[in-house]
Amino acid sequence: MTLVEEPVGHESLLDVSDLVVTYGRGRFARRNKLALKGVSIDVAVGETVGLVGESGSGKTTLGRAVLGLLPVTSGTISYRGRDITHLGRRERRSLAAEMQVVFQDPYSSLNPSMTVREILAEPLRVQGVSSADARSRVLTLLDQVGLPADAGSRMPREFSGGQRQRVAIARALALEPALIVCDEPVSALDMSTQIKILDLLVGIQERTGVAYLFVSHDLEVVRYVSHRVAVMYHGEIVERGDAAAVTTAPQHPYTTKLLMAAPVPDPDRQAERRLERAAVLAG
Amino acid sequence: MLTFVLKRVGAGILLLFGVSTVTFALIYAGGADIAAQLVGDDGDRAAVAAKAAELGLDQPLVVQYWRWLTHAVTGDLGESWYTSQPVLPTLFDRLAVTLSIVVVALVVVTLASVTIGIVAAVRRGWVDRMLQTTSVIGLAIPNFWAALILVMTFAIALGWFPATGYVPFGESPNLWAASVVLPVVALCLAPISATAQQVRSAVMGVLEQDYVRTLRARGLSRRRVLWGHVLRNAAPPGLTVLSLQFIGMVGGAVIIERIFAINGMGSLAVDATLKSDIPVVVGVMVLMTVVVVLVNLVIDIVNGLINPKAAVSA
Amino acid sequence: MSEQTITTSPAIGQSVARQGAFRRMLANPMGLTALVVLGVIILVAAFGPLLLWNDPGHARLDQVNSSPNAGYLLGGDSAGRDILSRLVAGSRITVLGGVVSAAVAAVIGVSFGLAAGYKGRSFDLTVGWISDLVMVLPSTIVLVAMFTVTGPNAVLVMLILGVMLAPSFFRLTRSLVVQVRGNLYVDAAKVSALPDTRIVGRHILAVIRGPLILHFVLMTSVSIILQAGFQFIGLGDPNVPTWGSMLQDAFRSIYLSDTAFVWPGLAIAVTVMALLLVGNALRDALDDVDPKAHQARKRAAAAAKAQRSTVPARPLSGAILQVDDLVVGYDQADGEIKKVVDGVSFELNAGEVVGLVGESGSGKTQTALSILKLLPTGGRVVEGRICLEGQDLGGLDEDAMTAIRGVRVAYVPQEPMSNLDPTAKIGTQLAEPIRVRLKVSRKEAAERALSLLEQVNIKDPQRVFDSYPHEISGGMAQRVLIAGAVSCDPDVIIADEPTTALDVTVQAEILDILRNLQGQRNLAVLLVTHNFGVVADLCDRVVVMQKGKVAETGDVRRIFAEPEHPYTRTLMAAMLDGRPSRRERTEVTA
Repeated sequence: MTLVEEPVGHESLLDVSDLVVTYGRGRFARRNKLALKGVSIDVAVGETVGLVGESGSGKTTLGRAVLGLLPVTSGTISYRGRDITHLGRRERRSLAAEMQVVFQDPYSSLNPSMTVREILAEPLRVQGVSSADARSRVLTLLDQVGLPADAGSRMPREFSGGQRQRVAIARALALEPALIVCDEPVSALDMSTQIKILDLLVGIQERTGVAYLFVSHDLEVVRYVSHRVAVMYHGEIVERGDAAAVTTAPQHPYTTKLLMAAPVPDPDRQAERRLERAAVLAG
Repeated sequence: MLTFVLKRVGAGILLLFGVSTVTFALIYAGGADIAAQLVGDDGDRAAVAAKAAELGLDQPLVVQYWRWLTHAVTGDLGESWYTSQPVLPTLFDRLAVTLSIVVVALVVVTLASVTIGIVAAVRRGWVDRMLQTTSVIGLAIPNFWAALILVMTFAIALGWFPATGYVPFGESPNLWAASVVLPVVALCLAPISATAQQVRSAVMGVLEQDYVRTLRARGLSRRRVLWGHVLRNAAPPGLTVLSLQFIGMVGGAVIIERIFAINGMGSLAVDATLKSDIPVVVGVMVLMTVVVVLVNLVIDIVNGLINPKAAVSA
Repeated sequence: MSEQTITTSPAIGQSVARQGAFRRMLANPMGLTALVVLGVIILVAAFGPLLLWNDPGHARLDQVNSSPNAGYLLGGDSAGRDILSRLVAGSRITVLGGVVSAAVAAVIGVSFGLAAGYKGRSFDLTVGWISDLVMVLPSTIVLVAMFTVTGPNAVLVMLILGVMLAPSFFRLTRSLVVQVRGNLYVDAAKVSALPDTRIVGRHILAVIRGPLILHFVLMTSVSIILQAGFQFIGLGDPNVPTWGSMLQDAFRSIYLSDTAFVWPGLAIAVTVMALLLVGNALRDALDDVDPKAHQARKRAAAAAKAQRSTVPARPLSGAILQVDDLVVGYDQADGEIKKVVDGVSFELNAGEVVGLVGESGSGKTQTALSILKLLPTGGRVVEGRICLEGQDLGGLDEDAMTAIRGVRVAYVPQEPMSNLDPTAKIGTQLAEPIRVRLKVSRKEAAERALSLLEQVNIKDPQRVFDSYPHEISGGMAQRVLIAGAVSCDPDVIIADEPTTALDVTVQAEILDILRNLQGQRNLAVLLVTHNFGVVADLCDRVVVMQKGKVAETGDVRRIFAEPEHPYTRTLMAAMLDGRPSRRERTEVTA
């Protein structure tokens, strides 16, 4: 059922193997309810791997497990060959300079009581960077994401959703990581802002060579930014391969269903798609 | 529903156990000193030791506790060190008096605060503004000062109500009512202010919910949505604050009883503590806890009835 | 006042630099006065005893129970001592007692609350149980009982009271932490491997400090009153003049002195009132609530009644819904009106689906809600006319609007879960308006409700009928809401982003349902959306909105093929559909 992915020819950065994650935590874990049922995926240097699925597919769970925000039941997560599946907070610190995150909600991903400068400098300071160096780095970061230099002294609530997302991206870039997990980074944004942020992310990747594990529910978005794509359904990867191929000519019935379900912005083509979809669902 | 009630009862018993343990430990821990206090300044060591032995205070704390506990569950809370009367029956007599005031106060607080809170939340306007201003005053005036003012005005100056004394309901309902009016009013001021504010904010919070707008969009009138949906959803925080206020009123009764010379649990507690009559003091603590746990249980059940979801998920 | 008073808590995370909130508080006249009064009391407490001209302990026989006079400005107590001096002397222990107890309660309660909320699980349960246990005990009774051990020791009383008050801090802190710990900036801090102390300090405590400071102010006032009460019944320190013991003295001489009972009680009341008002002002400052807001509301209500009388130029076209020059605004405290819809006109014909499209801030939802007259508090139609089936809705009062809603025009909301009453079963809330508006029996209403559930393709209608909202999925909830909207056979449906909150496969099913219902019942639908795919799927005509105004109107095919307005063109250009994929783009540039 799964396509063979094209060999990228790059060094592998992140390697997830047979990952199993259970719902709930500690005493409240429901042993028979698995959020991830043995998922394997890899991300190479400088590439974007898209992870697409609906709610309950496990795509966010996978992203969070890779970041160490969730406990793993079984399986391994390796980064540059090193097993990072069960790292403690201190060990995680060295990894923080390599792996960062951009979250979905621009409103709750920035501490409302800190200035933008404090937010961006924080990951630097915890790595031991001096406050003078941090200040200049913050200016560089603001420039990288297209925000004015005076943004540093303002509070998150003074910015729009798209601008806050730029701050979140700047924070992720602060330590010059090799991999950024993007958890639905544009889903909460207006259409016209979405494309700007996506272009920003692609531009950053092309300039710095950072890799992305890009989680989204939107096939179009994933197609626009990804080199390879994995489609998730109920905790499993049901299809994977080249982004363009999977998102335009899917093989797995679920991917097909996903593709058919998204309405196209053209009344006549959409009418055709409706018929195709009805046929697929009936047949 | 039954499991819900049983769970709450179980939790209550556990709570009682905890309270009694802690009380006992704190108070009886000063064993030797107690005996010395009771004997007085002119007693010598031998007299103190004899008193300690007489009251069983020379035993290890755990042993004392075990003895007390085993008696307590059968209803025997020991005897007063001063009157040698059994503790529990004395407490019961006094409890009835205190309860008659506190329960009446609870009913008054409930009715008044729910009404004021709802009107303030729904109508806004002058009721709301009046609530904001008067509630600050109501919370700032200590209940014992309010009692003094009430006594000066209505009992001494105007003579409408008795300044002191309590008449049991059985003896004369009218005289009973007259004797509890001033204490109840003094006790109610602050709780009504606090509860009405909570009810107001709970109702306002629910009125802003999406489903209230959707129900109105289906053509249901404001009143129907209020009575059929809003109040039920606003009940839990209102009931929570009510049960907390009840606990406060039980404490407040202690002071109010002194002012009105009412022979309730409160005055008994104060008298006993001044005399270091420890069995009575411990007895008061335990019995008060029972009362509070029971009232909380009733309020929880009411909440469960109003809000079936709460009972199911508890 | 009981130690269990918990008044409303201000919003958390309302991020404000401390100076900002403080400045706003000072701008509030009530808050400023209270702060000044409080300042005076604190000064008196600190320095007063040094400035006394009458010794508080000195008794004069000729001043026993005296009324206010030249020597003793407030009169004398039962032993002939100066009441005013004693008040000043007693202020210190009062203020100190309040602050110390509240501080002890805060230190214990907040630390345990942070730990329990952040770490959770068994620690949380154990500490929670202990906290419940302590909360059940009336503080006064505990203090009375502990008197056998402590004796009349004021400091011990302060400490014990602090412990008794700690649970309320614990509960508050814990619930705030639970609300905040799921915030994504906490997760981001964990990904950056910040140490727990930094996370709890900067990302949790700093964000929730507003309500905690407010609670501290409250607990100070509670402990002042409780300690005064304790002194009143004679269990306080007999060597120090306290306001509570002064009241006890006044009580004992109540038949001998008319005025002695006034001053100590007044002192307590004024101090507590100042504290409470400062607390209120602080809460308002944190919530960013303008104290003049209620005046703005009054103005809005009055204005709404005296509706606009501007005569619109446009004649009625026979459309089922006609909106002319609609202006919707929110009254600001300074008298200005913030317009969210600024001169919008469009029509909806019978049996037609019109898409109201725009991004956030375009005013599309406000337009839709104003048709139903269900705008959020503070919003109102400032100008313009809305006609439903030829009838001007402007002059209708609330009862008349209620009669129209549901039966002539209905509403499908956006978020399925938050639009259902969580405490009522689905069947009950679905059937209730049917029974009330169509005047049928309960049984008949229930049958109709079940039939509606089938019409929206719910597989097991009876099961859903008997369920609570939290027991069904989002997609099912949205079907229930759609069923509710058509339940009383309206002619017009206002659908506000009905599929935005749903997964794409569920969205497709809901769109099918809407399309079928629209076709079967020949409904006129005003569909608010930001998704052009949905527009292409359902709509006959499109109205594009930008910043409160209409940018463009037209037939759906024409808008997609040849958008005229620059804004529409920008929106079309921003769509991802049909763009080359990532690889194709990189290959081209390579």
